[in-house]
Amino acid sequence: MSNTLLHAEYPVEAEDYTCAGEASADIKRKLKQLGVSANVLRRVAVASYEVELNLVIHSEGGVLSLEVTPDRVRLISKDRGPGIPDLDLAMREGWSTASETARSLGFGAGMGLPNMKRNADEFDIKSKVGEGTTIQMGFLLA
Amino acid sequence: MNIQDMVNVLHAKVLCGQDRLETKVYTACCSDLMSDVLAFVNEKTVLITGLTNAHVLRTADMLDLKCLVFARGKIPGDDLLEQADEQGLVVITTPATAFTACGLLYEAGLRGVPIEWPESEARL
Repeated sequence: MSNTLLHAEYPVEAEDYTCAGEASADIKRKLKQLGVSANVLRRVAVASYEVELNLVIHSEGGVLSLEVTPDRVRLISKDRGPGIPDLDLAMREGWSTASETARSLGFGAGMGLPNMKRNADEFDIKSKVGEGTTIQMGFLLA
Repeated sequence: MNIQDMVNVLHAKVLCGQDRLETKVYTACCSDLMSDVLAFVNEKTVLITGLTNAHVLRTADMLDLKCLVFARGKIPGDDLLEQADEQGLVVITTPATAFTACGLLYEAGLRGVPIEWPESEARL
Protein backbone atom coordinates (compact mmCIF):
# COMPACT_ATOMS: atom_id res chain seq x y z
CA MET A 1 0.00 0.00 0.00
CA SER A 2 1.18 3.46 -0.81
CA ASN A 3 0.70 4.82 2.71
CA THR A 4 2.98 2.23 4.29
CA LEU A 5 5.78 4.04 6.11
CA LEU A 6 7.71 0.94 7.01
CA HIS A 7 7.56 -2.74 6.29
CA ALA A 8 9.91 -5.40 7.58
CA GLU A 9 9.87 -9.18 7.83
CA TYR A 10 11.80 -11.31 10.28
CA PRO A 11 12.07 -15.08 9.85
CA VAL A 12 12.04 -16.75 13.29
CA GLU A 13 13.36 -20.28 13.70
CA ALA A 14 11.90 -22.86 16.07
CA GLU A 15 13.89 -23.39 19.27
CA ASP A 16 16.49 -20.77 18.39
CA TYR A 17 16.73 -19.38 21.90
CA THR A 18 20.01 -17.58 21.20
CA CYS A 19 18.52 -15.24 18.62
CA ALA A 20 15.11 -14.98 20.29
CA GLY A 21 14.39 -11.32 20.85
CA GLU A 22 16.58 -9.95 18.07
CA ALA A 23 13.64 -9.22 15.79
CA SER A 24 11.81 -7.42 18.60
CA ALA A 25 14.89 -5.38 19.47
CA ASP A 26 15.15 -4.32 15.82
CA ILE A 27 11.43 -3.51 15.64
CA LYS A 28 11.73 -1.35 18.74
CA ARG A 29 14.78 0.44 17.31
CA LYS A 30 13.01 1.13 13.99
CA LEU A 31 9.86 2.45 15.66
CA LYS A 32 11.90 4.65 17.94
CA GLN A 33 13.62 6.14 14.89
CA LEU A 34 10.18 6.86 13.42
CA GLY A 35 9.34 8.83 16.54
CA VAL A 36 6.61 6.50 17.88
CA SER A 37 5.54 7.59 21.38
CA ALA A 38 7.06 5.87 24.43
CA ASN A 39 3.74 4.34 25.48
CA VAL A 40 3.03 2.72 22.11
CA LEU A 41 6.68 1.76 21.73
CA ARG A 42 6.67 -0.15 25.00
CA ARG A 43 3.40 -1.93 24.25
CA VAL A 44 4.59 -2.95 20.77
CA ALA A 45 7.94 -4.09 22.21
CA VAL A 46 6.34 -6.29 24.86
CA ALA A 47 3.80 -7.81 22.46
CA SER A 48 6.45 -8.31 19.79
CA TYR A 49 8.84 -10.01 22.20
CA GLU A 50 6.06 -12.29 23.46
CA VAL A 51 4.97 -13.27 19.98
CA GLU A 52 8.56 -13.79 18.84
CA LEU A 53 9.19 -16.04 21.83
CA ASN A 54 6.01 -17.95 21.06
CA LEU A 55 7.35 -18.63 17.57
CA VAL A 56 10.61 -19.91 19.08
CA ILE A 57 9.03 -21.92 21.89
CA HIS A 58 5.89 -23.34 20.31
CA SER A 59 5.99 -23.16 16.53
CA GLU A 60 7.81 -25.00 13.79
CA GLY A 61 9.16 -21.66 12.65
CA GLY A 62 7.52 -18.68 11.06
CA VAL A 63 7.71 -15.04 10.13
CA LEU A 64 7.12 -11.93 12.19
CA SER A 65 6.11 -8.91 10.09
CA LEU A 66 6.00 -5.25 10.96
CA GLU A 67 3.97 -2.71 9.06
CA VAL A 68 3.65 0.94 9.96
CA THR A 69 1.05 3.22 8.42
CA PRO A 70 0.27 6.79 9.54
CA ASP A 71 -2.51 5.57 11.85
CA ARG A 72 -1.15 2.31 13.29
CA VAL A 73 1.62 -0.18 13.86
CA ARG A 74 0.72 -3.68 12.80
CA LEU A 75 2.47 -6.88 13.90
CA ILE A 76 1.69 -10.13 12.15
CA SER A 77 3.04 -13.49 13.25
CA LYS A 78 2.50 -16.37 10.88
CA ASP A 79 3.89 -19.81 11.63
CA ARG A 80 4.15 -23.14 9.83
CA GLY A 81 2.47 -25.17 12.56
CA PRO A 82 1.62 -27.13 14.57
CA GLY A 83 -1.50 -25.08 15.34
CA ILE A 84 -3.36 -24.67 18.62
CA PRO A 85 -6.08 -27.27 19.36
CA ASP A 86 -7.95 -25.20 21.96
CA LEU A 87 -7.67 -21.43 21.57
CA ASP A 88 -9.77 -20.62 24.64
CA LEU A 89 -7.41 -22.65 26.79
CA ALA A 90 -4.34 -21.09 25.15
CA MET A 91 -5.67 -17.61 25.91
CA ARG A 92 -6.08 -18.43 29.60
CA GLU A 93 -3.54 -16.86 31.96
CA GLY A 94 -1.25 -19.45 33.46
CA TRP A 95 -1.92 -22.10 30.83
CA SER A 96 1.28 -23.18 29.13
CA THR A 97 2.65 -26.08 27.14
CA ALA A 98 6.20 -24.67 27.05
CA SER A 99 9.17 -27.04 27.20
CA GLU A 100 11.54 -27.34 30.14
CA THR A 101 14.16 -25.45 28.10
CA ALA A 102 11.80 -22.50 27.70
CA ARG A 103 10.89 -22.59 31.37
CA SER A 104 14.51 -22.70 32.47
CA LEU A 105 15.06 -19.45 30.55
CA GLY A 106 12.24 -17.72 32.38
CA PHE A 107 9.37 -18.32 29.98
CA GLY A 108 6.34 -20.54 29.79
CA ALA A 109 4.39 -18.81 32.55
CA GLY A 110 1.30 -18.89 30.39
CA MET A 111 1.16 -15.12 30.10
CA GLY A 112 2.24 -14.71 26.48
CA LEU A 113 -1.06 -14.61 24.57
CA PRO A 114 -3.04 -12.76 27.28
CA ASN A 115 -0.18 -10.29 27.53
CA MET A 116 -0.22 -9.64 23.77
CA LYS A 117 -3.97 -9.09 23.84
CA ARG A 118 -3.63 -6.73 26.78
CA ASN A 119 -0.96 -4.60 25.14
CA ALA A 120 -2.41 -4.40 21.65
CA ASP A 121 -5.36 -2.19 20.67
CA GLU A 122 -6.48 -4.82 18.18
CA PHE A 123 -5.84 -8.53 18.55
CA ASP A 124 -6.84 -11.44 16.40
CA ILE A 125 -5.67 -15.04 16.50
CA LYS A 126 -6.52 -17.80 14.05
CA SER A 127 -5.20 -21.29 14.31
CA LYS A 128 -5.69 -24.61 12.62
CA VAL A 129 -4.05 -27.82 13.79
CA GLY A 130 -1.78 -29.16 11.09
CA GLU A 131 -1.58 -25.80 9.34
CA GLY A 132 -0.47 -23.13 11.77
CA THR A 133 -1.30 -20.02 13.71
CA THR A 134 -1.63 -16.40 12.60
CA ILE A 135 -1.71 -13.59 15.12
CA GLN A 136 -2.47 -10.03 14.06
CA MET A 137 -2.03 -7.09 16.38
CA GLY A 138 -2.69 -3.41 15.81
CA PHE A 139 -1.45 -0.45 17.84
CA LEU A 140 -3.13 2.88 17.20
CA LEU A 141 -0.92 5.90 16.63
CA ALA A 142 -3.54 8.49 17.54
CA MET B 1 14.89 6.19 46.74
CA ASN B 2 17.61 6.06 44.16
CA ILE B 3 19.84 3.20 43.07
CA GLN B 4 22.64 4.28 45.43
CA ASP B 5 20.20 3.91 48.35
CA MET B 6 19.40 0.39 47.14
CA VAL B 7 23.10 -0.44 46.93
CA ASN B 8 23.50 0.65 50.56
CA VAL B 9 20.44 -1.23 51.81
CA LEU B 10 21.37 -4.45 49.99
CA HIS B 11 25.14 -4.26 50.63
CA ALA B 12 25.30 -4.67 46.91
CA LYS B 13 28.14 -4.46 44.46
CA VAL B 14 27.72 -2.36 41.32
CA LEU B 15 28.54 -4.42 38.21
CA CYS B 16 27.83 -1.73 35.63
CA GLY B 17 26.37 1.74 35.39
CA GLN B 18 28.40 3.24 38.26
CA ASP B 19 27.72 6.72 36.84
CA ARG B 20 23.95 6.25 36.92
CA LEU B 21 23.41 5.50 40.61
CA GLU B 22 21.45 8.71 41.12
CA THR B 23 18.62 7.31 38.96
CA LYS B 24 15.36 7.27 40.92
CA VAL B 25 13.57 4.00 41.59
CA TYR B 26 9.83 4.07 42.18
CA THR B 27 8.66 0.47 42.39
CA ALA B 28 10.07 -3.05 42.39
CA CYS B 29 9.25 -6.47 41.01
CA CYS B 30 10.85 -9.77 41.95
CA SER B 31 10.54 -12.64 39.52
CA ASP B 32 12.41 -15.23 37.54
CA LEU B 33 9.50 -15.49 35.14
CA MET B 34 10.16 -13.03 32.36
CA SER B 35 6.63 -13.50 31.02
CA ASP B 36 5.29 -12.16 34.31
CA VAL B 37 7.77 -9.31 34.21
CA LEU B 38 6.65 -8.43 30.69
CA ALA B 39 3.05 -8.46 31.85
CA PHE B 40 3.34 -6.27 34.91
CA VAL B 41 6.39 -4.10 34.95
CA ASN B 42 6.92 -0.51 33.80
CA GLU B 43 10.07 1.47 33.15
CA LYS B 44 10.23 3.00 36.61
CA THR B 45 10.55 -0.42 38.17
CA VAL B 46 13.62 -2.22 39.39
CA LEU B 47 13.76 -5.95 38.70
CA ILE B 48 15.11 -8.31 41.33
CA THR B 49 15.86 -11.72 39.86
CA GLY B 50 17.96 -14.82 40.12
CA LEU B 51 17.99 -15.33 36.37
CA THR B 52 21.21 -14.16 34.71
CA ASN B 53 20.71 -15.05 31.04
CA ALA B 54 20.42 -12.86 27.94
CA HIS B 55 16.62 -12.86 28.14
CA VAL B 56 16.69 -10.83 31.33
CA LEU B 57 18.50 -8.13 29.37
CA ARG B 58 16.14 -8.45 26.41
CA THR B 59 13.17 -8.15 28.75
CA ALA B 60 14.75 -5.12 30.41
CA ASP B 61 15.36 -3.61 26.97
CA MET B 62 11.75 -4.10 25.86
CA LEU B 63 10.50 -2.43 29.04
CA ASP B 64 13.14 0.32 29.23
CA LEU B 65 14.08 -0.77 32.74
CA LYS B 66 16.82 1.18 34.48
CA CYS B 67 18.11 -1.27 37.06
CA LEU B 68 18.56 -5.00 37.57
CA VAL B 69 19.36 -6.58 40.92
CA PHE B 70 20.81 -10.08 40.92
CA ALA B 71 20.12 -11.92 44.15
CA ARG B 72 22.24 -14.47 46.01
CA GLY B 73 25.48 -12.96 44.75
CA LYS B 74 24.89 -13.99 41.15
CA ILE B 75 27.06 -12.32 38.54
CA PRO B 76 26.30 -12.60 34.81
CA GLY B 77 29.01 -13.03 32.20
CA ASP B 78 31.10 -10.09 30.97
CA ASP B 79 29.32 -10.15 27.60
CA LEU B 80 25.99 -9.61 29.30
CA LEU B 81 27.37 -6.82 31.45
CA GLU B 82 28.77 -5.09 28.38
CA GLN B 83 25.38 -5.32 26.71
CA ALA B 84 23.66 -4.05 29.87
CA ASP B 85 25.99 -1.07 29.94
CA GLU B 86 25.16 -0.32 26.28
CA GLN B 87 21.47 -0.46 27.18
CA GLY B 88 22.07 2.12 29.89
CA LEU B 89 21.20 -0.29 32.68
CA VAL B 90 22.59 -0.26 36.19
CA VAL B 91 23.30 -3.84 37.28
CA ILE B 92 23.97 -4.67 40.90
CA THR B 93 24.44 -7.93 42.78
CA THR B 94 23.54 -8.53 46.40
CA PRO B 95 24.60 -11.40 48.67
CA ALA B 96 21.01 -11.49 49.96
CA THR B 97 18.52 -14.05 48.68
CA ALA B 98 15.68 -12.66 46.55
CA PHE B 99 13.30 -12.97 49.53
CA THR B 100 15.61 -11.10 51.89
CA ALA B 101 16.48 -8.48 49.27
CA CYS B 102 12.77 -7.76 48.81
CA GLY B 103 12.29 -7.55 52.58
CA LEU B 104 15.15 -5.13 53.01
CA LEU B 105 13.92 -2.89 50.18
CA TYR B 106 10.35 -2.98 51.47
CA GLU B 107 11.57 -2.01 54.93
CA ALA B 108 13.46 0.87 53.35
CA GLY B 109 10.22 2.15 51.80
CA LEU B 110 10.19 0.66 48.30
CA ARG B 111 6.89 -0.87 47.19
CA GLY B 112 5.81 -3.39 44.58
CA VAL B 113 4.78 -2.34 41.11
CA PRO B 114 1.00 -1.80 41.19
CA ILE B 115 -0.82 -4.65 39.48
CA GLU B 116 -4.41 -4.19 38.46
CA TRP B 117 -4.60 -7.38 36.54
CA PRO B 118 -5.99 -9.85 37.20
CA GLU B 119 -6.61 -8.61 40.73
CA SER B 120 -5.34 -5.58 42.59
CA GLU B 121 -2.96 -6.04 45.51
CA ALA B 122 -4.46 -2.94 47.13
CA ARG B 123 -7.00 -5.02 49.03
CA LEU B 124 -4.31 -6.94 50.92
